[in-house]
Amino acid sequence: MEQPQPNPLKPPAMREPLIFDYSRPGRGALGLWPADSDADATLPAELRRKQRPLLPEASELDVVRHYTRLSQLNFSIDTHFYPLGSCTMKYNPKACNAAAMLPEFLGRHPLAPPEHSQGFLSCMAELQDMLREVTGMQGIALSPMAGAHGEFAGVAMIRAYHRARGDLGRNEIIVPEAAHGTNPATATMCGCVVREVAVDAEGDVDLVALRAAVGPKTAGIMLTNPSTLGVFERRIEAVARTVHEAGGLLYYDGANLNAILGKVRPGDMGFDVIHMNLHKTFSTPHGGGGPGAGAVGVSARLLPFLPVPVVGRKDNRYVWLDEQDLPQSIGRLTGFNGNAGVLLRAYVYMRMLGREGMHRVGEYATLNANYLSARLQQLGYEAAYPTRRASHEFILTIKRLAAERGVTAMDIAKRLLDFGFHAPTTYFPLLVPECLLIEPTETESRETLDAFCGAMAEILRESADSAETLKRAPYHMPVRRLDDVRAARELDLVYKPDAP
Amino acid sequence: MPFIPHTPRDVSEMLGTIGVPDIESLFDEIPAALRVRSLEGVPEGLNEQQLMQLMRARARMDGQPLCFMGAGAYDHYIPAAVWAIVTRGEFYSAYTPYQAEASQGTLQTIYEYQSMIAALTGMQVSNASLYDGATAVAEACLMAVRANRKSRSQRILVPRSVHPSYRAVARATASNQGLVFEDVRFDGASGQTLLAGLVDWEKEDVTALVIQQPNFFGRLEDVDALTDWAHARGALVIAVVNPVSLAVLKPPGEWGAKGADIVVGDGQPLGCPLASGGPYFGFMTTRMEHVRQMPGRIVGRTVDLDGRPGFTLTLQAREQHIRRGKATSNICTNQGLLMTAGTLYLSLMGAEGLERVAKACLQRSQQLVAALTALPGVRALFGAPGFHETVLQLDRPVAPVLAALAAQGIQGGVDLARHYPELGHALLVCATENRSSEDVASYANALSTVLSGQRAA
Amino acid sequence: MSEIPGDLKYARSHEWVRQLPDGIVEVGISDHAQHALGDLVFVELPEPGRELSEGEACAVVESVKAASDVYAPLAGTVTVVNSQLQGAPELINQEPYAGGWLFRMKPNAAGSESLLSAADYAAIAGA
Repeated sequence: MEQPQPNPLKPPAMREPLIFDYSRPGRGALGLWPADSDADATLPAELRRKQRPLLPEASELDVVRHYTRLSQLNFSIDTHFYPLGSCTMKYNPKACNAAAMLPEFLGRHPLAPPEHSQGFLSCMAELQDMLREVTGMQGIALSPMAGAHGEFAGVAMIRAYHRARGDLGRNEIIVPEAAHGTNPATATMCGCVVREVAVDAEGDVDLVALRAAVGPKTAGIMLTNPSTLGVFERRIEAVARTVHEAGGLLYYDGANLNAILGKVRPGDMGFDVIHMNLHKTFSTPHGGGGPGAGAVGVSARLLPFLPVPVVGRKDNRYVWLDEQDLPQSIGRLTGFNGNAGVLLRAYVYMRMLGREGMHRVGEYATLNANYLSARLQQLGYEAAYPTRRASHEFILTIKRLAAERGVTAMDIAKRLLDFGFHAPTTYFPLLVPECLLIEPTETESRETLDAFCGAMAEILRESADSAETLKRAPYHMPVRRLDDVRAARELDLVYKPDAP
Repeated sequence: MPFIPHTPRDVSEMLGTIGVPDIESLFDEIPAALRVRSLEGVPEGLNEQQLMQLMRARARMDGQPLCFMGAGAYDHYIPAAVWAIVTRGEFYSAYTPYQAEASQGTLQTIYEYQSMIAALTGMQVSNASLYDGATAVAEACLMAVRANRKSRSQRILVPRSVHPSYRAVARATASNQGLVFEDVRFDGASGQTLLAGLVDWEKEDVTALVIQQPNFFGRLEDVDALTDWAHARGALVIAVVNPVSLAVLKPPGEWGAKGADIVVGDGQPLGCPLASGGPYFGFMTTRMEHVRQMPGRIVGRTVDLDGRPGFTLTLQAREQHIRRGKATSNICTNQGLLMTAGTLYLSLMGAEGLERVAKACLQRSQQLVAALTALPGVRALFGAPGFHETVLQLDRPVAPVLAALAAQGIQGGVDLARHYPELGHALLVCATENRSSEDVASYANALSTVLSGQRAA
Repeated sequence: MSEIPGDLKYARSHEWVRQLPDGIVEVGISDHAQHALGDLVFVELPEPGRELSEGEACAVVESVKAASDVYAPLAGTVTVVNSQLQGAPELINQEPYAGGWLFRMKPNAAGSESLLSAADYAAIAGA
């Protein structure tokens, strides 16, 4: 069997030491240090630090070389196709970064007075307006700093709404069994109790189960549409009616907004509160795990409860509105204004797309997903919901291959790395056994999708001819599969100079 | 079409493979009544050139005033190498390191970050960062409730000398889970939280005491006495600290007889630009015995199939994607890019460089306070400066003075009237190593003009 | 195929109960449960002296992929815990019914109606 070509972007296999291994006493980037002084003599003796902390003592070149080499060990959107379902790994335009890093924006203190803030605040105000328009909601708050943070704000607003009406018994949040883990975690953080409802064989919420689950204790339901199964909740209007009639509110998890951007609006579907993931749908950088931005949108009845601060207008100029202006707000969720630099990048992205560009996002994300799904099924892979249209993502289930050839979704994911593709999302949603959740996004070309299919075809052949090869993949990455049992049993979480 | 590479031929061939006549057919499962026709509220798209012209114009509106504000966000000099590397695509556009083999760069960076922050704070273990300092305080309070098995009250004592936004965020985040936050008064003469202010809780069940050092007023607390007081009553100590100040101040791991239990703060001073308020990153460190109660991601070192060292996310069973309803938190991000900037900054500066920065901050703020209090009608409210911030008291309302300074391109400080009306006409001023002697002189001259031009109150 | 010793009783939530002398019972998790969890990395046990009600979450067993609650199969008081598990949680994987026991307790007089025989447990959790 011919070995696959090594990934041309992989550097020579060489283990990069820790930055601490470059340390030598007396070495340092002296050109970066201010002049010495004895100003610390004024500090009380019992409060002074006696021993310097263990930080690197390396030259500037050491540091630059070390972290540059570390960066080269990563896959990223700039270097690889990254079809992670529900993560929307689309291209992050460089212009967004260039604009956000203009020196006036970069050096601006968060508490700058309104007279030094109209440029920045006008961008924020327009961002609020554009997000209102594309989501069909009545009010937007930009401050939550991640999707999960936005979820927290959303559920907290639902609780605040019921309490303000004197309805104190509503503490149940309904969640479909396929929901993302943050949903039940968020409900618990808000002091609520989670109630799961089943999803039917076609991927829609089971309406009968839902009707049985709603009642006077229902605070609301958390849904995403398209759902985590990659399909549109076709009976969303009936779901909305059922929950509203029972006195509950509808929460929209915006993780999959990319599928319907410019095509359908959550506000029009009956949702009362939504969170968006600006780092997904609006292309702000994933940064190796953050920063994100989880802006929230609300219907009219939840407007008083928005988290502060929000941008408003007073005396003919833009200002931050805070607790005094919104006395029923669920409160402040961030030290200052949220991830302002991320918000600015999202603003720039939306201005470059414009109204026509918004429509195209949903269209081409859906085209790419359906194309990839069709081609992979033609190759012999099994779709979890073959009778449904893919949204912007779709699920393959490897359960048959697992049973017949002992190959798992994890094995396929790891082998894809050798071919120079980041793996899709694996084992989420938990509802589908041995699944791969694949989201190409609209910024990928047809050639990239075809190349991915080529790799998947090769892997399918390998699973028949040499399943053992797959089980121990990857082979061409900086490391092989890692022992995560050992990582959890023998915790090594910080560098210790005398460790072996 | 910006960012979409498809040609018309691509589209028609792809539609053929799928077996539909047009893209609209792919949306046929969506009820027609829900379909959006037009997004009138969104302006037409701009090409990149037009976009940059727009953004430069907006930026010019705000200019680059001279900044003497602190209050949780500090203007430090950031070495050029930091963002040159952080904006590399391999860091900038990488995802969360769930596939460890494809993310060793990110994972090793996090491990190094964890090591540096633990060392700086004098603690044993760190997570991969949280959203910001304020939410880190909220998470620390929730963690203290989980970790303090002997306490049932869920009562958290929070001095009023702790940053007002941090207090507000802790309440907004954690009250829904039954935590009770109680304010502790500060001493009006010294601006410190004294043991005398804690007498009401001498015999109560307290779950945790929050201690900020330096506090919001820039004052230094007697952290040893406060820490020992809390521990004597079975309460945990949550330390909230400024990372640059830790180069010259005793770290929380050495406070009192036993050291603080959970340490949090905002990492913004370490390589993160002010950027209108974010993104920053929150840090959290603790003792090894509490590691499983710590929220957020954690990276551990292990070996691969060939026995080579490698890094991976660990202790994930506590996190949202596995534990779901019983998770330690719902958090599923860290501020990866900013944490990377912090790691680069600490690597470039090292302990000695950081110490120089801290000392320069002390020197410049002493110089600023001397220059400003030399003017009639300006006095230091709480005496000698603590770290790099000081509360000044003016002889007239602060807001008009600040407005007059702003008109001259100087941001003179933060008006405390809103959050601390009892302090009278109080102004929180800050000077870091990024302000020069000339900047200080400019401020003093401008203030002198403003004060002599306006009437005293 | 999971092992289900015939001389033990079982809870629906996959705990087993062994009768010891002096009215003390020993509690652990079944072979089926340890297999589903995978390699165990950490165990959190209740304090000796703690009073438990039937069905109360009283311990946590943590693997790389899951952290599961262990529920008290009976109401009673914890007497001793298996301190070996601190350094060697893998004992639960290797000997779920022997060296991997979690804790012992003195049940309240009431006992429990809902414990299953080995045969009944096999019906819900067997091979």
